[in-house]
Amino acid sequence: MNSLDRLEAHSVHILREAYREFKSLVMLWSIGKDSTVLLWLARKAFFGHVPFPLMHVDTHFKVPEMITYRDQLALQWHLDMIVGENTPALAAKQTYPDGALSRVECCKSLKSEALKHSLDGTWPRRRMDHTLGCLVDEAKPEAFTGVIVGVRADEEGSRSKERTFSARDCQNEWDVGDQPPELWKQYKTDFAPGTHVRVHPLLDWTELNIWEYIDRESIPIIPLYFDQGKGRRYRSLGCSPCTTPVDSTAKNVTDIIAELRGGKFANIAERSGREQDKEDGGGLETLRRGGYM
Amino acid sequence: MSKTHQHEQISIVMAGHVDHGKSTVIGRLLAETGALPQGKLEQIRAQCRRNAKPFEYAFLLDALKDEQAQGITIDVARCFFKTAQRRYILIDAPGHIEFLKNMITGASRAEAALLVIDAKEGIRENTKRHGYMMSMLGLRQLTVLVNKMDLVNYDEAVFERLRKDYTEFLERLQIHPVSFIPVSGMQGDNIAADTGAMPWYKGPTVLEQIDRFQTSRFPDTLPFRLPVQDIYKFTEQDDDRRIVAGTIETGSIAVGDAVVFQPSGKSSRIRSIEYFNGPAKIRAAAGEAPGFTLDTQLYIKPGEWMVRADEPAPQVGTRLRVNLFWMNRAPMIRGKTYKLKLGALRSTVKLVEILAVLDAAEIGVDSAKQQVDRHDVAEVILETPKPVAFDLIGDIEQTGRLVIVDNFEIAGAGIILAKAETVATTVETPLLHPVGAHGNTSKFAVSIIALTGVDNPDSPVLKRLNSQNAIVTMRTTVEGGGEPASLETVFKLLKQQGFILDYQI
Repeated sequence: MNSLDRLEAHSVHILREAYREFKSLVMLWSIGKDSTVLLWLARKAFFGHVPFPLMHVDTHFKVPEMITYRDQLALQWHLDMIVGENTPALAAKQTYPDGALSRVECCKSLKSEALKHSLDGTWPRRRMDHTLGCLVDEAKPEAFTGVIVGVRADEEGSRSKERTFSARDCQNEWDVGDQPPELWKQYKTDFAPGTHVRVHPLLDWTELNIWEYIDRESIPIIPLYFDQGKGRRYRSLGCSPCTTPVDSTAKNVTDIIAELRGGKFANIAERSGREQDKEDGGGLETLRRGGYM
Repeated sequence: MSKTHQHEQISIVMAGHVDHGKSTVIGRLLAETGALPQGKLEQIRAQCRRNAKPFEYAFLLDALKDEQAQGITIDVARCFFKTAQRRYILIDAPGHIEFLKNMITGASRAEAALLVIDAKEGIRENTKRHGYMMSMLGLRQLTVLVNKMDLVNYDEAVFERLRKDYTEFLERLQIHPVSFIPVSGMQGDNIAADTGAMPWYKGPTVLEQIDRFQTSRFPDTLPFRLPVQDIYKFTEQDDDRRIVAGTIETGSIAVGDAVVFQPSGKSSRIRSIEYFNGPAKIRAAAGEAPGFTLDTQLYIKPGEWMVRADEPAPQVGTRLRVNLFWMNRAPMIRGKTYKLKLGALRSTVKLVEILAVLDAAEIGVDSAKQQVDRHDVAEVILETPKPVAFDLIGDIEQTGRLVIVDNFEIAGAGIILAKAETVATTVETPLLHPVGAHGNTSKFAVSIIALTGVDNPDSPVLKRLNSQNAIVTMRTTVEGGGEPASLETVFKLLKQQGFILDYQI
């Protein structure tokens, strides 16, 4: 077994553990490369099936190609897809692009709040109807207590401190200093009622591992990651007003792998194009304590 | 970097007592392998000049910690660097006992360990405790760095004395260190280069040593063990497969092999090995997480072990003798119901007996203790309501481990030493007639509480003892009342019978 085989088997084990232990489980899908690899790993774990819903939080500021790609893949892979959003904030134009909020405040509103209320089922959600081939309003949104998330430890400081099974209390708060032990493939899978759990099957993967795996498995990935001829590509995908492409002529997966191995980005963080990380001297840990993924 | 190694990555845990110089050694390693952010080293040197402090490599790590606290990329709990050979993840295990849970989480993921001892201070509490935890966790590749050699004038005698003392300690834990390296993190001696400070030392530098550590191999030559994580039947898109899924712990298996599920004892044969988006498989081995379909429809439950019919079976029983360490603030007490997780199995479990509580730092024994407190290591008997299947740590390490859940938390972790049987009460053999000691001929009832090193600890136990290297835990009472025989008397009698005893209370 090589490193990718090991990483795959490890993630598959975690996904099966989550599916076994949590009755109301959901997987977050941001349409980016990491959560798409995570989705692929779920198909590995469950032999072509994805036996839980996927949730996408739509900020309405995503690059339009992302939404097209999302809906196509959902139909093609028979995914039970749920889409949530912060409708009141969007309607009232309470956003950063509208000039009403800072970047971090906007993330909190359109992502963290929208996610929180989509997960607990208190805000309206839409769900993919495979007969009609489009999203329809959900009649009775259920609450989810287990959430599978595709964060990686090498992305930034706060994510490197995560456990594989990580509890958030009723307020969605995270006690970074006092986390449960994990050893011998045994994780914290017992929780007091009311606890929300995040499951992180990709913690051990690096950015390079992700691309090597996409290459090996021929996973369909959104072309925004590739240079379309202008010498620029996205390295990390977010909302278009807050995400800038990097200078790169990588036109396909092979080029990206060569670029990462060659060390072009060795001293540049992957999320360097994500502007909200730079506000407040590192907004991401603050955001994550408040429920950002 | 050569093509063959560009995927290879190994995790190493850095352990040792507080202030023995872990940070300095890590700072040196990062600096000398070029793993620091651009300009960081110069920045710290400049800061030191401004504050009129001598530069120390440990300051580098402190600076990185501050950055980490602000949410920037560098992580000190896990440092990344690479050599010409391969990529490394260095896990910094906290030296303070409060962080034992973190230390265990980190060390259980590591494939090798570097343990730092201060040449001047010598072996301290956590030098021993970390050694003990590594032995429990099954970490066998250990190199000891005798640090701060510059403070003892690079004296070979100091190094040799520490090497001897700590080797003796580790051997009691069945750890055989790979090597001892005299270093100075501060001066850089023997970290990345032989600076010539210790011409008497002929071994590798730290960097040379870590490049020699072996990445862990999956144990595919041991008997096959699959903890059944789940049984899937997804009917969507007309899928009619009923798939047994799990991650293979040890061994290998092929289509057509006869299998047995334990503890239910049900048997069948492998019809197919399932794997999504890959070529059809006819064989699978340790480390893989495939699925299996069977020739017959069996009702099996998650938590059973699937094993091969032609290989040694696991143990099945309700009483387990376990060496465990406890991490919760609330002590482990007798009679309370806990949750046991053993492979994919979940069961309730009770602590029925405490045989000994070890002080992990001193490896002293306290046999009188009635509960297992936080940070204690204890030898105990656990009991499950129904038979469970398991292996002994000495037979198959991967399947001889368990954790105990208390109040929703993983509170204890243990290794299974033996299947514990309360052997039928009175065992009357010649060796049990006390001749001499008390000068009478009353009979002892000896109940064997636990045995180690015996293949099948069933009765008649004592007969088997003659030919086995066994550890016996026993209790004596006297038939028909009277003065109970002291353990010394029993030991003396056993010795007279030719037993070699290497442990006495």
